[in-house]
Amino acid sequence: MVNTSVELCGITLDNPVIPASGTFGYGKEFAEIYDINILGTFSFKGTTGEERFGNPTPRIAETPGGMLNAVGLQNPGVEHVIDTVLPDMKSYFHKKVMANVSGFSVDEYVRVSSLLGKEEQVGWIELNISCPNVHGGGMSFGTNERSAREVTKAVKSATDKPVIVKLSPNVTDICSIAKACEKGGADGISLINTLMGMRIDIRRKKPVLANVTGGYSGSGVFPVALRMVYQVFEAVDIPIVGMGGVSSAEDVIEMMLAGATAVEVGAANLIDPYASKKIVDGLPPAMEKYGITTLKDIIGGAH
Amino acid sequence: MKNTTFEILTNAPLAKDVYRMTLSGDTDGVVPGQFVDIQIDGGYLRRPISVCDAEGRVLTLIYKTVGKGTEEMASYKAGKRLDLLTSLGNGYDLFASGDHPLLIGGGVGVPPLYMLAKELIKQGKDVGVILGFNTSCEIFYEEEFASLGARVAITTVDGSRGTKGFVTDALGLFDYTFVYACGPKPMLKAVCDKITTGGQFSLEERMGCGFGACMGCSVKTANGFKRLCKDGPVLNKEEILW
Repeated sequence: MVNTSVELCGITLDNPVIPASGTFGYGKEFAEIYDINILGTFSFKGTTGEERFGNPTPRIAETPGGMLNAVGLQNPGVEHVIDTVLPDMKSYFHKKVMANVSGFSVDEYVRVSSLLGKEEQVGWIELNISCPNVHGGGMSFGTNERSAREVTKAVKSATDKPVIVKLSPNVTDICSIAKACEKGGADGISLINTLMGMRIDIRRKKPVLANVTGGYSGSGVFPVALRMVYQVFEAVDIPIVGMGGVSSAEDVIEMMLAGATAVEVGAANLIDPYASKKIVDGLPPAMEKYGITTLKDIIGGAH
Repeated sequence: MKNTTFEILTNAPLAKDVYRMTLSGDTDGVVPGQFVDIQIDGGYLRRPISVCDAEGRVLTLIYKTVGKGTEEMASYKAGKRLDLLTSLGNGYDLFASGDHPLLIGGGVGVPPLYMLAKELIKQGKDVGVILGFNTSCEIFYEEEFASLGARVAITTVDGSRGTKGFVTDALGLFDYTFVYACGPKPMLKAVCDKITTGGQFSLEERMGCGFGACMGCSVKTANGFKRLCKDGPVLNKEEILW
C-alpha cells in the first residue's frame, strides 16, 4: 500500500495532483464526467476585480508538443465568482479549492485576494503575477524582483490564507524572483506559467493569434519547467508547486524529485478531459514500479 | 460529452478538397448541430468537426482540408481507430422551426444541416434547403438532401450551377417560417440582414478543448460572453453581435 498524500502550506492533500488554472474552468465540465473529488485540489480560472472578456479571437494555436493560448484572463469578476460560482461549486467539489488571482494593480490583487480569502471553500490563494497575455498587469509584476516582493507583501497582509505566488518563466533569473516573493512573505511558489511564443500562418502571412503572442504550454515545455523547479528548490525554503507540460504520473514523480511538493496539470486537461484522473489513478502503480512507498519522501530527492 | 473510440468505415473525397468519413461507434445522444473533437496523429489539440449525420452506430463527418490536421485525417484508411469526444455543443433547437423551416448552408457549413433536415422531416416539417458554393465542382450533398424529401436550391458564385450569386439570392424561392444557417460569417451576416423570421446560426471559432474549459473560443453576444464550444456553436440570430 503506497501513500500519495502531501502537505501543501498546512493543508493535507490526498495526492499532489492539481489541475492548473485556466485549463479546468471551475471544474464543472469535468465533474460531469468524473468525480473531481479524487483530485488533490484544483486551481480555478484566474479571477480579477471586474469581469473580463480577454483578448480578441483567434486566441488558440497549435504548436509542436503543445499549444499557444492568448485568452487574456477571461473571467466573470470576483463578485460573480463569490456570489454564483463558489456556491454552485459546493455541490460537486467538497475539498478546499485553490483560488487563482490576477490583477492590473497592487490594489486589485489585494482586493480580489482579500475577498476570495474570506471564502471558507478557498484553501490557498495562487497569486498569478505571470500572465503573459495581458498588458499593464499580470506578468509585469512577476518580471521584477521589487514589484514581485511588494505585491506579495501587500496580498499577504490582506488575507490569512496561504499565498502561493505563480511565477513566469519569461525572466532572466527565476530564482531571484522566487527569493523576492519569499522575502515578501509568500507561503509557496508555483511555476511555471506559460512561455511566451508565437506562430505565423504562412497562408495569410500574418500571426495566427489576434494578440500576436501567446503562452506556450503542453508536453514540450516539461524539461524547461522541470529545470526551473529544480533551480528554485535550491533557492527558497518554501514549498513549490511544479507545473509545465505534466502529462503522466511519471511526470509528477519527476517534478517531485526536482523539488515540487505538489504538481499542477495544465494543457493535458484540454486534449484529454480525463487526463488528471488518469494521472491520479496512475500514481500508485507508478510508485510501486519505482519503489516509492511514501510520495512526500521523494520531494527534492534528485538534489 | 462522451469520450469513445470509433473505427473508420470509409474515408473518400466528396468534392474539391472536401472529404466524407464514416465511422462506427457509440453515437448515442448526438443531436443535429453538435460536433465531435478528434485526436489525430502528430497533433496536440483535437480537431473539432461538425456532425453531418449519426444513424445507429454510424457517424458521418464531412470536412475540408484546410491545414495539417485535416490533411492528416484525409490520409486515414478504413479500419483505423480514432479517439473522439462526442455530443459537444448545444445543437439546433428543432422546436423553433415552424412548419416550413429553411436551411441555408455555405461550403463546409452544409454538413451539419443534413442531420437537421432529416430530423425536421421526421417531425413532418416541409423543409427547404439552400446550398451555396463558389463553383459547380465544389457542390456536394444535393441529392442526399433531395432524397430526404427536402426541396433543394443550389447557388454558385460563378453561376456554373443553380442560381448565380450567393445563398441570399435564392431566398425568394421559398416561403419559410424559420431559418437555420451554417457557413462563413459574411454569409451568415448577409442571411441575417435579409430574413424577416427568427433564425439559429452556427458559428465557428478556433477552439482549444472543445468542451468549455479553456475559454479559447469565446464570443461576445447580446446575452453576455459565450463559449462557442459549450454554449454554442448555435446561437439565436438576435443574440449575435456582428
